[in-house]
Amino acid sequence: MTTNDAAIAAEGLRKRYGPRYALDGLDLTVERGVVHGLLGPNGAGKTTAVRILSTLLRFDAGSARVAGYDVVGEADEVRRRIGLTGQYAAVDETLSGRQNLVMFGRLYHLGARQAKRRADELLEQFDLAHAADRSGRTYSGGMRRRLDLAASLILAPEVLFLDEPTTGLDPRSRNDVWDAVRSLVAGGTTVLLTTQYLEEADQLAGRISVIDTGRVVAEGTADELKARIGGDRIEVVVRDAAQLGPAAAVVARIGTAEPELDADTRRVSAPVADRMAALTEAVRELQLAGVVAEDIGLRRPTLDEAFLHLTGHRAEPDVVKETAA
Amino acid sequence: MSTMLQQAPALVAPPPARTPLARLRWAAADGWVMTKRNMAHVVRAPEEVVIYFTLPIMFVLVFGYVFGSGMALPGGGSYREFLLPGVFAMTMLYGLGATATGVAFDVGRGVVDRFRSMPMARSALVAGRSAADLIRAVLEMSTLVVCGLLVGWQWRNGIGDALAAVGLILLLRFAITWVGIYLGLVVPNPDTVGVIVFPAAFPLTALSNVFVAPELMPDWLGAVSEWNPLSSTVAASRELFGNPGFGGDSWAAQHSLLLAVGWPLVLLAIFVPLSIRRYQKLSR
Repeated sequence: MTTNDAAIAAEGLRKRYGPRYALDGLDLTVERGVVHGLLGPNGAGKTTAVRILSTLLRFDAGSARVAGYDVVGEADEVRRRIGLTGQYAAVDETLSGRQNLVMFGRLYHLGARQAKRRADELLEQFDLAHAADRSGRTYSGGMRRRLDLAASLILAPEVLFLDEPTTGLDPRSRNDVWDAVRSLVAGGTTVLLTTQYLEEADQLAGRISVIDTGRVVAEGTADELKARIGGDRIEVVVRDAAQLGPAAAVVARIGTAEPELDADTRRVSAPVADRMAALTEAVRELQLAGVVAEDIGLRRPTLDEAFLHLTGHRAEPDVVKETAA
Repeated sequence: MSTMLQQAPALVAPPPARTPLARLRWAAADGWVMTKRNMAHVVRAPEEVVIYFTLPIMFVLVFGYVFGSGMALPGGGSYREFLLPGVFAMTMLYGLGATATGVAFDVGRGVVDRFRSMPMARSALVAGRSAADLIRAVLEMSTLVVCGLLVGWQWRNGIGDALAAVGLILLLRFAITWVGIYLGLVVPNPDTVGVIVFPAAFPLTALSNVFVAPELMPDWLGAVSEWNPLSSTVAASRELFGNPGFGGDSWAAQHSLLLAVGWPLVLLAIFVPLSIRRYQKLSR
């Protein structure tokens, strides 16, 4: 794949706000027809990257092509081929759902009849037909987001930017959005999805770029990112926090790397090489050491841990809670 | 819903306009779509329009009937006939609030981001706003004229001059629209804009010839009042309508017709480029 064939090809993007770099040499290549996740904490530069790639924002250095066209020099060509759904529903809330879609269709320079027909189709597809003529103000958050997504799809874009599309949505609406994204990609659209929800990236994205302080710090599939911090982990929860030390000593002997301690949850964990051998050994050794374990288990690392490992800090606290379930 | 998505027929947007003429045609078409959008807002929120009309009608009634009985005019004549052209212009000035709030509301919401990510003419958003506000101003003027006729105001110099006067008042509104667009872009918070506009607009009406003839004010105040852009439009329309109370000794009062054209053009020359620059700056 050459960069010209890529759906998105950005090199060395820099964007400065005062003394701070929102983007500090961001490189990003997204091949056509996939969902590519842009994962990072608040302030990492995800939204800045999306705004630059969707021609909304100028940048200080670097270059970017979207759908094969330069975002600065050929902005109009880019705009004909992209859709954008941001964190806030970018629709006219005074107008009805239908009025919105017809208006956007006309602004894409569709004929009046074509714009109306497309609006009707989209209202049907996004389960908004029953509310088509009601003011957007009366819509629920989920309905508004669906309308927003529908507006991005009037032309069946080559590249769709989804900037935290499910932030603030209830689980049902979130699943609706996920389904819509999956079927779009099945139809050939490339999606750049930014999210701080690790679970979302894990669910949807074939490839993930982890970004932190304005640059990509890691890239790969979800499995590859998880593999970076080792395979299976053994995890021991002790009954008495005072026994964390002895338990850690046992886990350290069994594991292939330094154990991680979490005093709050009385938890010790470390990566292991051989699953079953490690488990039986742990049970025996803990018993010998007189450590009372509440729980001993093996598990795959979460993307959360991968994130911590790659960036040196956790994702947003509420995100950790989100993915804990 | 997801299963049906794949069946969507692929629509392709027409390629970007290449020739200047095609660009102009698209700019006009996009501007018209945005004009219709703003008109649809009025239809969807009629209560806002009602509130908006209440103020000038109230001024006509309060000043015309309550204070008006004690108001004198330098050359004599009916105070209500003197008042109405002032109220016309004042209503146009207060339109500043609606324009600025509308623009600020757009910018504050994400919808402008969508517009800017689409292959539409860059000018359409502001052009559509200014066209819609002008259409709205025509409706307001019609209502006010009817209102004026009901309280005894009339034009005395024939329909041609009367239409010319209305034209001058709408020209002022057009210029004020662009001041409002700039305001809305600079202060992108609808609530703040609403708070700023009234204190800014009220002294402008008080320090003008809308309610009181400048000749009756202290000298320095009268001079400020006569040079007020609002006063020029009011004085010129009084002259064209044949209503009492225009004229005076100062250069500004003598040349109100010239100034009624000149002031709006000056405002446009300042605020159109400022607004466009500011709009483009949204991409920084």
